[in-house]
Amino acid sequence: MLRRRIIPCLDVANGRVVKGTRFVDLVDEGDPPELAARYADEGADELVFLDITAAPEGRRTLLEIVERTARRAFIPLTVGGGVRTVRDMRDVLRAGADKVSLNTAAAADPSLVTRCAARFGRQAVVVAIDARRIEVTEGTDPGGRGGPDARPRWEVLVKGGRETTSLEAVEWAVRAAELGAGELLVTSIDRDGTQSGYDTELLRAITSRVTVPVIASGGAAAPSDFVAAVRDGGADAVLAASIFHRRIHAIADVKRALQAAGIPVRTTQGVAA
Amino acid sequence: MSGAAGSLRVAVVDYGAGNLVSIEQALTFVGAEVRVATGPGDLADAQAVVVPGVGAAAPAMRRLGRAGLVDPLLRWIALGKPYLGICLGLQLLFDGSDEDGAATFGVIPGRTALLEDAPTLPHIGWNQVERRHEHALFAGLADATDLYFVHSYAGRPEGPGADAITLAETEHGRRFVSAVDRGNVLGVQFHPERSGGAGVRLLGNFVRWATALAVGAGAERSPVGAGGTAGGD
Repeated sequence: MLRRRIIPCLDVANGRVVKGTRFVDLVDEGDPPELAARYADEGADELVFLDITAAPEGRRTLLEIVERTARRAFIPLTVGGGVRTVRDMRDVLRAGADKVSLNTAAAADPSLVTRCAARFGRQAVVVAIDARRIEVTEGTDPGGRGGPDARPRWEVLVKGGRETTSLEAVEWAVRAAELGAGELLVTSIDRDGTQSGYDTELLRAITSRVTVPVIASGGAAAPSDFVAAVRDGGADAVLAASIFHRRIHAIADVKRALQAAGIPVRTTQGVAA
Repeated sequence: MSGAAGSLRVAVVDYGAGNLVSIEQALTFVGAEVRVATGPGDLADAQAVVVPGVGAAAPAMRRLGRAGLVDPLLRWIALGKPYLGICLGLQLLFDGSDEDGAATFGVIPGRTALLEDAPTLPHIGWNQVERRHEHALFAGLADATDLYFVHSYAGRPEGPGADAITLAETEHGRRFVSAVDRGNVLGVQFHPERSGGAGVRLLGNFVRWATALAVGAGAERSPVGAGGTAGGD
């Protein structure tokens, strides 16, 4: 039976792992390959690197870090941030990534998803969606329904959460999967770094509409949040950053909680070179 | 552990299918001497061939054809030399792929087809690999060990020999064949190079099996490394 995955996420800026709250106030958390090897050793099922370096000259540094990481951690690596073209994607894969995550560039030009999938296969294309809940209060619901039956909506943000788009997150998720995304990485910007739990409503709204795997992101505080992301949100994989970086919870603790809730996980430990 | 005299020379076939760093590094880690093969000349002094890859069959066949590698690989297999196909490298062994209609190697009767009744597609993540018979490739691995998959299609062996070459199966919706073995040819649908400690062990097993095959079963000196851990001789 397919296991639900636990994925530590490493936000990388200028060659270092950093972590912020709601995408700002960055704090240094260490050397990416070193942290990656530690997580592989501790039983991480996969790793995600998100390059949040704004300057283009940081790309070379990123590719070196991807290669150093791929040589040390024998588990899958997804790399995102700053991939704008099929050629960018090729460079990242050749450096040792298994999958590439597209975000801003895909929202701006959805055909990029199709072109990348045609070249490398859809299983290598992850579309990352940063979603922010649109508050719907009675009387102001654009759908005119209002009240307790009003369905929540989420807008898609790009450029590291700094810019809004006209895309609605659930519709964009459905379309991205149709365009060729093999996986969706769904981050709740409202929850990111706040340790208030995953937005399971957002996750459920998406997982009930697509057949591609969905990775839940944003808001992890306790092992029970991971259980909720899978059980209530329907997530296939759950991603977290600070609670692992700061050793608030071990990956093994999270897996034990999932197992206790009857959710299949991989319990074998990994190795790192 | 790497590059020592006497270690198995493995050609990893490169046809632009993406990440080669991982398989190269994992094979080096278990004691093989790895060369990336981009043309037929690179197979000349190799003792084993590994064909990795993800994605669709048609572009892969085109790229292999342009590199002049299709016929050399078919000859390699026909000569009984050790071959390991990983993911797409396994799928290419079959007659053809339903994904894009490509004609592939035709070494194993059957076609590559979409996974049926899969709850999620692509099938991404760790899943149990259940053995159908014993093979040196899985030495030291518990049955139903979790290994990493990332694919939507899988090869389906057909004909009278189908059961005999089915080495392992995995369930995602329905059961599919996740490993095959036929003499000198091995194929796995999962990615051992991305499957943590279990995958590294499996690649070490491949290197030992291929070394034995390459030097011949009757060779005086045992090619099997001392101790139970993954490594060369």
